[in-house]
Amino acid sequence: MNGLWEMVTDPFMQRALVAALLVGVSAPVVGTYLVQRRLALLGDGIGHVALTGVALGWLVGAAMGLVPDDALAVPGAVVAAVAGSVLIEVVRRRGRTSGDLALAILFYGGIAGGVLLIGLAGGSSGSLMAYLFGSISTVTTGDVWVTVVLCGLILLIGIGLRPALFSVSHDEEFAISSGLPVWALNMAVAVLAALTVTVAMRVVGLLLVSALMIVPVAIGQLVTHSFRRTMLVASVVGVAVCLVGLSITYWHNVSPGALIVVLAIGVYAVTAALHPLLARRRPGADPHPDIPDDVAVAAGREEECTP
Amino acid sequence: MTTLTETPAERRSAGAPPVEAADVHVRLGASPVLRGVDLRVAAGEVVALLGANGSGKSTLVRTLVGVLPPTSGEVRLFGRPLGDGVPWGRVGYVPQRVSAAAGVPSTAEEVVASGLLHGRRLRLPRGWRDRAHEALELVDLADRRRTATQQLSGGQQQRVLIARALVRRPDLLVLDEPVAGVDRPSQEAFAATMARLVADGTTVLVVLHELGELAPLVQRAVVLRHGRVVHDGAPPRPRPGHEEAEHEHVHPHAAPRSERGEGDMGLAEGPFEAGMSTTTDEVAP
Repeated sequence: MNGLWEMVTDPFMQRALVAALLVGVSAPVVGTYLVQRRLALLGDGIGHVALTGVALGWLVGAAMGLVPDDALAVPGAVVAAVAGSVLIEVVRRRGRTSGDLALAILFYGGIAGGVLLIGLAGGSSGSLMAYLFGSISTVTTGDVWVTVVLCGLILLIGIGLRPALFSVSHDEEFAISSGLPVWALNMAVAVLAALTVTVAMRVVGLLLVSALMIVPVAIGQLVTHSFRRTMLVASVVGVAVCLVGLSITYWHNVSPGALIVVLAIGVYAVTAALHPLLARRRPGADPHPDIPDDVAVAAGREEECTP
Repeated sequence: MTTLTETPAERRSAGAPPVEAADVHVRLGASPVLRGVDLRVAAGEVVALLGANGSGKSTLVRTLVGVLPPTSGEVRLFGRPLGDGVPWGRVGYVPQRVSAAAGVPSTAEEVVASGLLHGRRLRLPRGWRDRAHEALELVDLADRRRTATQQLSGGQQQRVLIARALVRRPDLLVLDEPVAGVDRPSQEAFAATMARLVADGTTVLVVLHELGELAPLVQRAVVLRHGRVVHDGAPPRPRPGHEEAEHEHVHPHAAPRSERGEGDMGLAEGPFEAGMSTTTDEVAP
């Protein structure tokens, strides 16, 4: 107990915990829309592009003689991530078939560009490690404020516009036929994803950002039937694994980002294993036993329906 | 039947027809799918859009509700050209879909509530739960409102999509094959719902493969063939035996058709056309 008090009064830990809390809430909110659109890997693509942004910011900072020379790394990542996600969205609209390929090219281009530029900036690829795998213990007060503002924006739009973002992510054709501003809403999701990647970069690192957006949603999906609840459960899980993971690293010298992601996957595995047991408890009786089942329904379904 | 010759004042009037399409051409990729379609649906009318696979039925309704941009020609809904000026809250569209589910589970209530958003209304109105409940009651699914849509049967999912269009209480309902692959009880429930809506004055444009349960409601039929309107008038009376669910339309026994007059108009395939008509719109997702 004494150790816990020591941890929460440590100013380094306080900043880290605030950042982890905010990222833990926000990342799954955006991840829910990505999973719904079947774009679970979008966060990874943006993360790779953001690496080029980090290196570019570094290069510009070094050229301007800024101290420290990575002062512009986070702004660079924000710019590159937003540009990359908007580009992916434009490609997705043009034709679905080439979207997959465009995403792959962004993956490789992002990493290669990042490593190349960091060399030009006078650093080594080792300098990028903090961004690739997270560096939450070095979070400054300024970083915390940037995180507060960006996460506030993500939550405001991601939760405030949930019905509209749900509609456009669930059935784009219907949203168009409702006269909704589909283009603007799609862009909003893309920009939210980009901002999430850059704020989560400090906590789990660019390579693992997407895990924090997607794995909690996978857990939420298992235990609920509704979109709203999936988002809620995912956010709770996100906060829990971020805080627990970070706290463990206060006593044990392991990478916080990796631990957080492993914890999340562990929760997923346990939930998935227990899921059949929980589901059997639920009353699943067919309210219309008198109505014959659809032809389209698979044979396996029928067994569930019979009481 | 070009109908765009009225003055702007007349067009703005309350009597503007719900659907007006003049010389609409649509290309999907390289192939022309619609080649100069004129269509007018007056307020309170129930119009069936018929035609073989690939004749352009789905493409036409998707163009009418703004999903596909026409290559040329003009579409007006309630007198307003497609765009922000259309009173989208008066239009309800039911796309052709087997599934109402997406990547994340969503309840029937959530899917139906998304129909309450239109135009610049991006937030749910007060009392949205009651509205969703009402719409689900219309399709006889009120007791399944908290069920995840992917756990519903195909026919029930189709009814959820119909409720999503009904929840905004539209004056114009556009449905694309609403009973395709749907079991008989769902078809009958659907026909009963439609009868109530039509009695309330709702205008209906419905794509059908066959009139089926809706036959008593349909006042006019428009038949498309290869992207052109080939018939616009009285609904065709199919020969007894042609309306059964198992009936297969792509068959080569079209020879005695001339003896039956316009009976099967545009629905049956001649042996020479069968190959040509399996293109385009049914391929689109």
